[in-house]
Amino acid sequence: MNVALAKTTTGAVLDGTFAAARGRLPGVGTVAETRQQAFDDFARTGLPTRRIEEWKYTDLRNLLRDVAPLAPAPDQAALAQAAKMVETLGTGDTQKLVIVDGVFAAGLSDLTSGGGVTVHALSAMLDDATSATRADLLRSRVADPMIALNAAFATDGMLVDIADDAAPARPLHIVHVATRPGVAAFTRSLVRIGNRARVTLVESFVATETAKSYQAHDAVVIWIGDDSDLQHVRVMEDAGDAANIATAIVTVGARTKFNTFSLTTGGGVSRYQSFITLAGVDSELSTNSVHLLRDKQHGDCTFVIEHAAPNCLSRELFRAVLDDRAHSVFQGRINVHQIAQKTDGKMMSRALLLSDEAEIDNKPELEIFADDVQCGHGATIGALDDSLLFYLRARGLPEKAAQALLIQAFVGEALESIVNDDLRDVAISAAERWLETRA
Amino acid sequence: MTALLEVKDLQVRVEDREILHGLTMTVNGGEVHAIMGPNGSGKSTLSHVIAGKPGYEVTGGEILFKGEDLLEMEPDERAAKGVFLAFQYPVEIPGVTTMNFLRTAVNAQRKARGESEYLVPDFLRKVREVAASLNIPMDMLKRGVNVGFSGGEKKRNEVLQMALFQPSLCILDEMDSGLDIDALRVAADGVNALRSPDRAMVVITHYQRLLNYIVPDHVHVMSKGRVVKSGGKELALELEESGYAQYEEAAA
Repeated sequence: MNVALAKTTTGAVLDGTFAAARGRLPGVGTVAETRQQAFDDFARTGLPTRRIEEWKYTDLRNLLRDVAPLAPAPDQAALAQAAKMVETLGTGDTQKLVIVDGVFAAGLSDLTSGGGVTVHALSAMLDDATSATRADLLRSRVADPMIALNAAFATDGMLVDIADDAAPARPLHIVHVATRPGVAAFTRSLVRIGNRARVTLVESFVATETAKSYQAHDAVVIWIGDDSDLQHVRVMEDAGDAANIATAIVTVGARTKFNTFSLTTGGGVSRYQSFITLAGVDSELSTNSVHLLRDKQHGDCTFVIEHAAPNCLSRELFRAVLDDRAHSVFQGRINVHQIAQKTDGKMMSRALLLSDEAEIDNKPELEIFADDVQCGHGATIGALDDSLLFYLRARGLPEKAAQALLIQAFVGEALESIVNDDLRDVAISAAERWLETRA
Repeated sequence: MTALLEVKDLQVRVEDREILHGLTMTVNGGEVHAIMGPNGSGKSTLSHVIAGKPGYEVTGGEILFKGEDLLEMEPDERAAKGVFLAFQYPVEIPGVTTMNFLRTAVNAQRKARGESEYLVPDFLRKVREVAASLNIPMDMLKRGVNVGFSGGEKKRNEVLQMALFQPSLCILDEMDSGLDIDALRVAADGVNALRSPDRAMVVITHYQRLLNYIVPDHVHVMSKGRVVKSGGKELALELEESGYAQYEEAAA
């Protein structure tokens, strides 16, 4: 079976291969129709190029060339490898929901419901012919070719419901494990959080040693009700030659706090695009994103924040540490709707370049339709400070250790934003792994 | 007996300009040497070259530390061997707590010497003890290194490190700059407490004032990249009276 989307030189997509993949994709009837529509949407553009403004700095047609064939469902050997990988995550006591090569692995997961938490596999829900709304699971409010591609091919993912007033003791933890080379996994998860709920959601992307040159295509759609609190931590440690193209679409209710952190150390090509709408009054959004990249890694962090209600606060912090020929992209867009008076939105990007050939592109965009708002953005780019390095070395730190300490300090502010101690340690450990493997 | 520090005919350039033109001095264990001189005489350059700061080119002469060629060593190796430079302007390092910095530095030095790392409780006890003697509140150690510290606090933080690392050679570069008398006294008391028969100090200062608090055994006057006069502590008082002008002429 070859599901690669062969393209002509003009970028048109031949869709016979999509038809061939259909047998593997859960859901018939309206679900299948929605997939076809999504595929048609994708096919109109194909992989985005620099000519699409939102993808200007991350030309996927150039970076990926093609969409890899759909990953086969994991066999026992793959599941056993994945199980070992999950054990090494060290994320403390979390409710793990494990997805291996794009397929939910019930045997490695903890499907315990209760305390206001209900968990299902997406594939089962798409196959549920009694549900009139099952096709909605593949729809989203954002038009983007990669989101459309994800909807067309999504094989599995998690559907999590958190009831009003629920405060699960353990963080919910979606773990993506890649085990196979040269294939693509498409996952999509939906998290619906009620009112007055307090939740911690973790996402990990990891790979076993056998996984090389694969593609992880993920989407997460989150709704948070009123007076709730969501702490979100995402750590992406995919293989250095893999691609990770992921989207988060988040809708935030009134008087709610949403604190989201992401760390990217893996992936040869990655994009994490987050579309967050502050739909209710008096809510607070904090985003903290860290890129630690080297070699020829290309990482893209894109945020589109919609201030769609009055008196909300948003703070975006981005930190990139770039070595060798790494390339980082930060795009931050804040749209302040006419109704959103008293908006307070700020974004700040800081990059630390450890080599002459590393590169960062910053693109801040503010679009403001209300007249009583505070909005700002800033960016700095620099190298390690020689006077600080000498001070540390004069105190006995070897050169690499002195650099590592300064790099840790540089990303420290973002790491400190993680409230949960265990999860903060997980992010710090991932950052330390990156530092320890610096040549 | 091998001298602790021997500087022989040291010539140093920064870019195209020669700063030290053949400087010689010997420091033995237990001694306190003061280096005085006008601005631009090369005092700080000497301290930087001994500590291994990049950007200086040694074009002639040598520096031996306990008989070993110091110029062949990286700055961190020098620190592990017992060279300590108290900076004129200690840098601020946001994001690195003082406590984390101190522990990382002490353990790096111990590791380089093949010693085991400090256990955390032992280390904390030691820091607490030294900090108390220097009037440094523990809260200060939880903040970023020197971030938001006053001039006096920064200098006390340097002395704190000196007390923790127990170096055999301490170079104090203009320790009195930016300090009022009270702050100077606290810092000087800390330094004096570290005087011992197997530790030497080189006190670099523009003013005689500091030497009322840290009384030297030897005083050297530098001018235009050379030591132009050496003597006992009375030389410092003499300078206070007559100024540096005579030496600047002598060196010219």
